[in-house]
Amino acid sequence: MKIAIASGKGGAGKTTVATSMASISHQRGFSTAFLDCDVEEPNGHLYLHPVFDHREPVLVPVPVVDEAACRAAGTCGQCGKVCQFSAIICILDSVRVNAELCHGCGACLLACPAQAIKEKPHPVGMVESGLAGGIQFVHGLLDIGQAMATPVIRAVKRSMPSADVVVLDAPPGTTCPTVETLRDADKVLLVAEATPFGFHDFTLAAQMVQSLKRPLWAMLNRVDGPVDDILAWCGQQRIPVLTQVADRRDVAEACSRGQMPLDCVPQFRTQMMELFAKLVSGEAK
Amino acid sequence: MKELVVISGKGGTGKTSLAGALATLAGSVVLADCDVDASDLPIILQPQIRQCHDFVQGHYALINNATCVGCGACQGVCRFDAIAASTAKNSIYHPFAVDPLVCEGCGACLQICPLDAISLQPRHAGQWFISDTPIGPLVHARLNPGGQNSGKLVSLVRQHANKIAKERCLDLVLIDGSPGIGCPVIASVARADGVLIVTEPTPSGLHDMMRVIELTRHFRLPTMLCVNRWDINSQQTEAIEVSARNSGVKLAGRVRVDGVFNAAQRQRRTVAQIAVGPVMEDIRQLWSNVSTRLFGAATAPAYDTPPRSAS
Repeated sequence: MKIAIASGKGGAGKTTVATSMASISHQRGFSTAFLDCDVEEPNGHLYLHPVFDHREPVLVPVPVVDEAACRAAGTCGQCGKVCQFSAIICILDSVRVNAELCHGCGACLLACPAQAIKEKPHPVGMVESGLAGGIQFVHGLLDIGQAMATPVIRAVKRSMPSADVVVLDAPPGTTCPTVETLRDADKVLLVAEATPFGFHDFTLAAQMVQSLKRPLWAMLNRVDGPVDDILAWCGQQRIPVLTQVADRRDVAEACSRGQMPLDCVPQFRTQMMELFAKLVSGEAK
Repeated sequence: MKELVVISGKGGTGKTSLAGALATLAGSVVLADCDVDASDLPIILQPQIRQCHDFVQGHYALINNATCVGCGACQGVCRFDAIAASTAKNSIYHPFAVDPLVCEGCGACLQICPLDAISLQPRHAGQWFISDTPIGPLVHARLNPGGQNSGKLVSLVRQHANKIAKERCLDLVLIDGSPGIGCPVIASVARADGVLIVTEPTPSGLHDMMRVIELTRHFRLPTMLCVNRWDINSQQTEAIEVSARNSGVKLAGRVRVDGVFNAAQRQRRTVAQIAVGPVMEDIRQLWSNVSTRLFGAATAPAYDTPPRSAS
């Protein structure tokens, strides 16, 4: 079962909840994997402390033009015309490739009538995997300065170990990296920060999950006041709210020391155990 | 006119709250909300929308079912797994379908389709707005949930904020960025006059700050740091400041934990409009350091000494 933890707003508590779910799953005797899909800013390893035994670069195929073959065929410029990302520019009889803009789609190869285009792998990031306690841990790291996170997320998901429970820690937001993470999850849990910012971003994330047609649950985090508006909205949308976690300084302080609040705040632990039980058993909308 | 970008690496460190607060103190300012998929500045600024524009960018592939014979060549070339055999009951008439949320609009399927049954459709990806707020003009956007091309929308928002600043002779374009280090962040920081990183005293805050500092160094941007909620863990705060300083980042301030951050959101105000006491002093000190760094001053304060760690 693949459970994705996502949020919309950053800092809502995704990683805290995701690492807690993986940890409880392992303690309950399920074979468990943790996939950190926030490849721009992965944080799961800071709390689960995996020992990495495998590293692999993430490569995107970018075109290389055989200039002699291209000129011999008259430099038709077809590759530049079909590229939707301006990654190939044809000027007179020269063809230039900008690897930073290339999505690695291969359209130019298909378009070239002279078969003058080959591909070479271009590194955009790294996937690391290993064991964290008994949890199989995988995360991706986007290279600094690279714009596109989705190829690295796809690589993380390709390295997904087989396990009873796979927890995916999603990147914040509602755009392509989050879509790539959630698109084939069996269940999505949205962590909504109980603030006006958190509520707003949660509604956008919920719309995205609904358009992906994934089963959706919600939980509220950092509750320190009335949350009637969020609960009413979830009611209208038929999104079950599984738990409400209070805003607590001891949880924040545990995180700041690099500890999992699961291990040092008993009340938080009880709530997370209940949440896990509901996640693996219940039915979501 | 100067462009200041507030980013964080890690989400939820207080970028938007502090961007709103600094804009309030700056006075002569245009705001640009470049966190286009989770745009929160409008929540506290209560904008009067003056202009609304559609954002049409990129494409998605569409299969014409009348022409398609279901050969499946398109599915074979799609490297994004965006094309799937249809599971609909009448699938004989609709053999394959493109998932527009996953399709990157590359057009490889058009190249391979033997019957020209596929076309690229322009993608309506969201809207962008020019608004007035009590603090100054605001350019903001709303990317449709699941949308793509956020980098292009960020560039558009920034470009219009700059235009307004020039036309109205305003001193500062203050950009509220998005978390992460990927395309929207790169689009919001490229060629800016200054970057303010807002982080928090946690291992994640430190780790993500180091990645975002690497990014600003990669683009050679003058970078400053603010540790928000510093008093959650003062040792961690000091460790973060030492790491930042060793990477050539200037320390601009610390802001303490205070209920006024949530209160301001609930009252739809910026923190600087309602805060009093020590937390307001923290914010003033932060703005004083940031503005001096950005605009210069006759008496330059000592940036490199950590701000008072009074408690």
